[in-house]
Amino acid sequence: MAHLSLKNVGKTYGGSNQAAVAGVDIEIADGEFIVLVGPSGCGKSTLLRMVAGLETVTDGEIRIGDRVVNQLDPAERDIAMVFQNYALYPHMSVRDNMAYGLKNRKTPKAEIEARVAEAARMLELGPYLDRKPRALSGGQRQRVAMGRAIVRQPAAFLFDEPLSNLDAKLRVTMRMEIRRLQKRLGTTSLYVTHDQLEAMTLADRLVVLNGGRVEQIGAPLEVYRKPASTFVAAFIGSPAMSLLDARFENGQVMVDGHALAPVGNAPGPVTLGLRAEDLRITSTGVPMRVDYVEELGAHRIVHGAIGDQPVAVVDNGGAALAETVHVLVDPAKLHLFETSTGRRMDTRIQAEAVPAQ
Amino acid sequence: MTDTPLRIIETERTLLARFREWWSGETANPVKRVQFDRPLTPWLFILPQMAVVVIFFYWPSVQAVTSSFYIEDPFGFGSTFVGLENYQDALNSSEYMSTAAFTAFFCITVTALALGLGLLLAVKADKVIRGAETYKTLLISVYAIAPPVAGLIGMMFFDMHMGPFTQIAGWFGYELKVGINYWDTAIALITISVWKQIPYNFIFFLSGLQSVPVSVREAALIDTKSGWRRFKDVTLPLLAPTAFFLLIINITYTMFDTFPIIDVIVKDKPANNPMTLVYKVYLDGFKGNDIGGSSAQSVILMVVVALLTVLQFRFLERRVHYG
Repeated sequence: MAHLSLKNVGKTYGGSNQAAVAGVDIEIADGEFIVLVGPSGCGKSTLLRMVAGLETVTDGEIRIGDRVVNQLDPAERDIAMVFQNYALYPHMSVRDNMAYGLKNRKTPKAEIEARVAEAARMLELGPYLDRKPRALSGGQRQRVAMGRAIVRQPAAFLFDEPLSNLDAKLRVTMRMEIRRLQKRLGTTSLYVTHDQLEAMTLADRLVVLNGGRVEQIGAPLEVYRKPASTFVAAFIGSPAMSLLDARFENGQVMVDGHALAPVGNAPGPVTLGLRAEDLRITSTGVPMRVDYVEELGAHRIVHGAIGDQPVAVVDNGGAALAETVHVLVDPAKLHLFETSTGRRMDTRIQAEAVPAQ
Repeated sequence: MTDTPLRIIETERTLLARFREWWSGETANPVKRVQFDRPLTPWLFILPQMAVVVIFFYWPSVQAVTSSFYIEDPFGFGSTFVGLENYQDALNSSEYMSTAAFTAFFCITVTALALGLGLLLAVKADKVIRGAETYKTLLISVYAIAPPVAGLIGMMFFDMHMGPFTQIAGWFGYELKVGINYWDTAIALITISVWKQIPYNFIFFLSGLQSVPVSVREAALIDTKSGWRRFKDVTLPLLAPTAFFLLIINITYTMFDTFPIIDVIVKDKPANNPMTLVYKVYLDGFKGNDIGGSSAQSVILMVVVALLTVLQFRFLERRVHYG
């Protein structure tokens, strides 16, 4: 177990003049669960593979524990990796799959057996130890891949989208299981996913990546409540935060010519971010055209538009909706971003009670 | 269980029913039912293939087996039934046995070298990134050379007066006399046969290597630092199906398909030169006009190769993991 530190880490592929990953600084405490999240092509897998040693590091420094590992072979880095397609050795039994790495490290036989038995018990793989991977279901294979990582007792676990090959239901169970195991073992973990729900539920801290750069680092709720940019705002949360062009007039933020909420003043146009659950359908407020409604049982999501800008609203009512409804928002829950840079602006917002209704 | 008359009648009845079903194109299971209007249509479709197999395989085989029991007049005026005498003659002849011994040696050496070198080149080519296509094409192109041409090219290399290999051997003070010295000829035969077969093995090993999932290799990279271990424990077992297939193909190649190479090198040479059993079948039959003896030899060869293949499937294939 160890802390992990990435200092100004970057990667440029030969023959390309654009960096795939650039200037990544992350300090990961011992036992912390960090999730790297972002859309495909954002460099999250590349970053993970650089930590694993499967990609060379062209800039900066990666430390695992107290060692700089930039030049070390993957096998020398004291890490274990769980791959998206499990990457089990198809010709080896479950037992041998887990034991192989230990055998190569000249671990005593009795020790190997004990560790494999312990991992098998933890993951409920006992009855399958002598089977080949092809005789296992997807979930079981995933467990074996986890087991292979656990028996190594490494300084860090690296997960490369380990759940994306599983069906939705299994994904939720395995997600909880991974979290439970990690808490129990206390092993520092780096986890890559493009699924923001997985990221939110697993992480101690999230690292949101965009175009090879870190967009925001923070606890899941912090990232959710205070997204640092329009990119993070749109990426984290489901349904995605609605982003609208707005401007200020007389201390009011104006959308499509309607005053939405009193928040203060700022020059020039801004981008207004509205979470679907922060909006309420009322009899007064800004008129919104209703396009379609998603019934989710517990609530429904109303998709529509203010002017010609799309907006989503969570609604708990069951009544049929008119073609045009009115929406209101708590001014404290508005998100404002500079239109030019997309960065969050926090300063000028002053919360005021919303008028009743 | 004894066959009571009743049971026999019953069996006949079911057989008859099955025949009728077959004739009318109907089977008990409607899913399996053949979708042809007339029962003869499917037979028409397989007729060309059947014709080829019968004319070029079964007919000659039957001919070989029958004529192996006869001694034929060299001028074709008649033949005498001699039972197993041809077989006895062949197996008791020291010449036949020494040819068989050489064939075994030749088979093992060529197969081992062709497989080994093919695998080595494939493993190395798999790592090449820049210019990989050119490299592969160069290696594979040898396969396009027809065996007699390969024999001729090889002959040029081993030529007693101007062959580069002869010259190289000369630098080390050795006079290479291909076509005259038994083992010198053997070396030339083996070299050319191996050279001809490497590209074939290379193609299969390379595609076998490329079908090993990248992530499995990466998992191995994390599990062990030693490249040799990764190859031995992970890559090689995953190549086993390819290697097993190639083993059978290579043995068949050394046994039969090296004929043109041997022919080019050994033909019209004066001395006692090495040859394989197949070439001896040809020599005795068509040069020596001993059709009966050569037929017996070819039947023996057929049985040996069939046995070899069965043995390989029985004992080796068990250890092969199919992904």
